[in-house]
Amino acid sequence: MKTRSTFLLSTLCFGFAFLYIPILVLVLYSFNDSPLATVWGGFSFRWYDALLDNKQILNAALLSLKIAVVSATCATALGTLAGLTLNRMGRFRGRTVFTGMIAAPLVMPEVITGLSLLLLFVSLQELTGWPSARGANTITIAHITFSMAYVAVIVQSRLASMDESLEEAAMDLGGHPFAVTRDITLPLIAPAMLSGWLLAFTLSLDDLVIASFTSGAGASTLPMVIFSKVRLGVTPEVNAVATIIIGIVALGVILAAWLMFRQERRRGGGGDS
Amino acid sequence: MTGAIRHGAAGRLWRTTVITLPYAWLLLFFLVPFAIVFKISFADPIVAQPPFTPFFDWAESSPRRLLATFDNYLFLLEDKLYWVSYLRSIRIAFISTLLCLLLGYPMAYGIARARPPWRSLLLMLVILPFWTSFLLRVYAWIVMLGKHGVVNNALLSVGFIDGPLQMLYTDAAVYLGIVYTYIPFMILPLYASLEKLDQNLHDAAMDLGATPWKVFTDITLPLSMPGVIAGSLLVFIPALGEFVIPSLLGGIDSLMIGRTLYDEFFVNRDWPLASAVATVLLFILILPIMLFQRYQQGEES
Repeated sequence: MKTRSTFLLSTLCFGFAFLYIPILVLVLYSFNDSPLATVWGGFSFRWYDALLDNKQILNAALLSLKIAVVSATCATALGTLAGLTLNRMGRFRGRTVFTGMIAAPLVMPEVITGLSLLLLFVSLQELTGWPSARGANTITIAHITFSMAYVAVIVQSRLASMDESLEEAAMDLGGHPFAVTRDITLPLIAPAMLSGWLLAFTLSLDDLVIASFTSGAGASTLPMVIFSKVRLGVTPEVNAVATIIIGIVALGVILAAWLMFRQERRRGGGGDS
Repeated sequence: MTGAIRHGAAGRLWRTTVITLPYAWLLLFFLVPFAIVFKISFADPIVAQPPFTPFFDWAESSPRRLLATFDNYLFLLEDKLYWVSYLRSIRIAFISTLLCLLLGYPMAYGIARARPPWRSLLLMLVILPFWTSFLLRVYAWIVMLGKHGVVNNALLSVGFIDGPLQMLYTDAAVYLGIVYTYIPFMILPLYASLEKLDQNLHDAAMDLGATPWKVFTDITLPLSMPGVIAGSLLVFIPALGEFVIPSLLGGIDSLMIGRTLYDEFFVNRDWPLASAVATVLLFILILPIMLFQRYQQGEES
């Protein structure tokens, strides 16, 4: 018994070291004064200064943020409807196809999704003239498509764990199905929708392959610019970008954990969920 | 749903709207594109916009002439490059999945056996890297493994090696990159099934004199099989088509099918051949994806 828990403990330590050391190294090197990765040239903010002057990276970051906000919002709306369809609408024709279309994007290799969407946009343009050019709009549509599946899964698992009796009671009292969804279901699944939005936002901000396929000339997102830079090797400015992103994520997670902790305490600290 | 029936036309309208909107979106932007990929995989590449021949010859002859061709698929069979890419991808994805399982299983088990407050903290630490950029986490390994990278420097200064090792741009780096980025997908489903495990079963078997190994192979492992299968599929399927990791960490000769497809499309600009490569990849993936869908539906009910 003793040996096994030592084994588990050391695997856990090894696993977490494996997960976190590369990230910590990246953060550390973003403050390295030397442009060579090999030598520590002292502490400095020079790569952050360089970042402020780098129009290419700043514009790409701005474009990525815009796409991420719009696509996460649309994906949350569509994904919530999809979650309701999976869990509150009973049987309907084509349900199997629908569940397949929700599950498949979660694992589909990005090169296939990217290629297929680009070919769709090209064919649509030939047939209807729309989209007249590929760029931010086509990337946004692509991002909505794959991230709405993630939102749908999150929302539907929340709906599955929820008691339907409140909604049924409201319906029995004569509430219109739309009003019941708006006034009862949606407030109850709001936390799941928020997690879904955050996940969709992160996925959009991070996507390289699908954006490369669906973008046109001139529209380069942040991952596309980063990829073209790191293909040539270590780039100190990218270390700085990485550190900023990691910092924002860490802050967000600490904030979320604190909010959850406070909410649990307010509820009286009972329950382990 | 009873509500819709009770409320007649208005209720049905709302129900139809809820179902139709996401359904139509996914049909148009997820399912139809695959049909187009399939169609274009039978075309010939030409220098034009778009760079492929149409399925039918509309203008020339009055009974429409079918222009579809199997050339792309024949080419995939003939050229060794594609065979090598597919087989290497399957091998790399398979071995990476095993490595994820070997590291992920004890980690998930350790987390499931920890005290509750520790459990949520450890789980959060598993999920946290997933929220930071995937691309940047792959890039971190360039900093680690490069010729003058952190690992080489450390080994040199300790005196284990005399000259820098070639670690970056090798297959080993690709395995490392895949395990590093996909391990949360392995740990989470494993944890979910290990957490549900009844500790009494374990204790009873131990009391009856079973060795820890026997308890593991006869009780723990079989009961956690759903998690093993789900985690393995979540790692194997995306790893098979992986593009970023082999392009950044793999050598020039490290062909994986995702990278071959990308190059066929962007470098050679042969859209029909890229479509054929994608179609074959999709056929390889149909079985694992259907397994995954069945698991997802199992979770629903």
